[in-house]
Amino acid sequence: MISIEKITSSIHLKLSESFSPMIVTLVEMTIIGIFVLTLFAMLGLILVFMERKVSAYMQIRIGPNRVGYRGTAQTLADTIKLLVKEGLTPDGADKFLFNFAPFIVMIGAMLLMAPIPFARNVQIWDLNIGVLYITAVSSISVIGILMAGWSSNNKYSLLGAMRSGAQIVSYELSAGLAILSIVILTGSLKISDIIASQQNGWWIFKGHIPAMISFVIFIIAVTAETNRAPFDMAEAESELTAGFHTEYSGMKFALFFLAEYVNIFIVCAIGATLFLGGWMPLHFGSWQVFNHIMDFIPSSIWFMGKTFALIFLIMWFRWSFPRLRIDQLLNLEWKYLLPIGMLNLLLMTLVAIMGWYVK
Amino acid sequence: MGFISNYIRTVFTSIKSLLIGMKRTGYYFTHHSEIITQNYPENRDSLNLPERFRGEVVLLHDEKNEHRCTGCTACELACPNGTIKIVTKFDISPEGKKKKALDTFIYHLELCTMCNLCIEACPTDAIKMAQNFEHSVYDRSLLTKTLNKPGSKIMEGVE
Repeated sequence: MISIEKITSSIHLKLSESFSPMIVTLVEMTIIGIFVLTLFAMLGLILVFMERKVSAYMQIRIGPNRVGYRGTAQTLADTIKLLVKEGLTPDGADKFLFNFAPFIVMIGAMLLMAPIPFARNVQIWDLNIGVLYITAVSSISVIGILMAGWSSNNKYSLLGAMRSGAQIVSYELSAGLAILSIVILTGSLKISDIIASQQNGWWIFKGHIPAMISFVIFIIAVTAETNRAPFDMAEAESELTAGFHTEYSGMKFALFFLAEYVNIFIVCAIGATLFLGGWMPLHFGSWQVFNHIMDFIPSSIWFMGKTFALIFLIMWFRWSFPRLRIDQLLNLEWKYLLPIGMLNLLLMTLVAIMGWYVK
Repeated sequence: MGFISNYIRTVFTSIKSLLIGMKRTGYYFTHHSEIITQNYPENRDSLNLPERFRGEVVLLHDEKNEHRCTGCTACELACPNGTIKIVTKFDISPEGKKKKALDTFIYHLELCTMCNLCIEACPTDAIKMAQNFEHSVYDRSLLTKTLNKPGSKIMEGVE
């Protein structure tokens, strides 16, 4: 059976035969870079189309259905439009920071690709502090957003950036606590260890109620962290035109737009890895036959399926719920999610120490 | 303790109300027959317009080429932007009495905002909103229409 693992290892062997280890590493890094860039472009196209279709069906509309087969080429046409548009820099803006900010946001998203397990043994970098790396690097994007908002020399952009800063910084706490509860159960920060520990069932089932509560908190917190409705205070179309990217046009705008969707993919991939077992097929303790049947489905399909299910959930939130005001947003975090998350972490520690979870 | 129970109740009632909202959108997501968008140029022959859709004002005529307009100019007075102009004449009835009647019903489609006030003002229900909406023409003067057909006269018994 062909698997991504076999393809990567065969490429590695082929390269090692004819080149020195140094050159092999360089070539492999280039290949991975191209792979990540291609994945970004594909994700942008697919997720924007998915979002538009999902929103259309939820609002009793049809959605894009003219360009290409049933509208599938719509996002491609939009991308071409954005590519040929003029990238304007306002006169009063801080030119260097203004042009640099989209790249910071993009780089932040790109760095997060490293520890994501796409399939069995397919991971760009399986570092031993994977979860810590994810929580640390995911805070970089807020710098890009603040930079974009402040350097635009526009009151809407500044307000949007400030809101975004307040929002991301506060919601990172709950997301971190939710992630920690899984780290407590696993006892490791390494992504591959976390997935291996879900061999006999996913943590959301094995960890009982505390795991489910942390899953809910995690989903709410990452929805806020990616600046999506109902937590879209940073963009706030109705009051701040477009928030921090009001002054951006053309490809620089497209980079922000792309980074938003890539970030959604990444947080959903992390959620799928921590709570739903990543590429691990659905296993139940000792049901041997059932587990073997599930193993026939390739691991990459399991990973993508879980990730896209979570992405659909987040889109469902966006098109169902009313927006929060900024004070309600901070109330939700500091009065509800954080205390509940802390109590839940305590409960989870108790569960882990007493061994009440399914081993 | 009242604070704690209130807090917990808030959490659960809000989760419940959010789930109700998600149930509704999830229902629409899975039931595509509910979609109200019309694929307009393709389904031009089978357009399903809502009953209250307002396209243009028409003066109703029956098969004997008779309308119900008395020429009272209530619609002209009701119109907020001068879309309707009624020209009246005096008919001589068989008894030799003079009676006010409609001569020309001039309707400026290019000025009309489809506000429906003229239809509400009409005491004899002579005019109504039609559902036709494909009004584009190459010459603006074609949008000024005379609504009463040539040779038409008022219906018997409409005062």
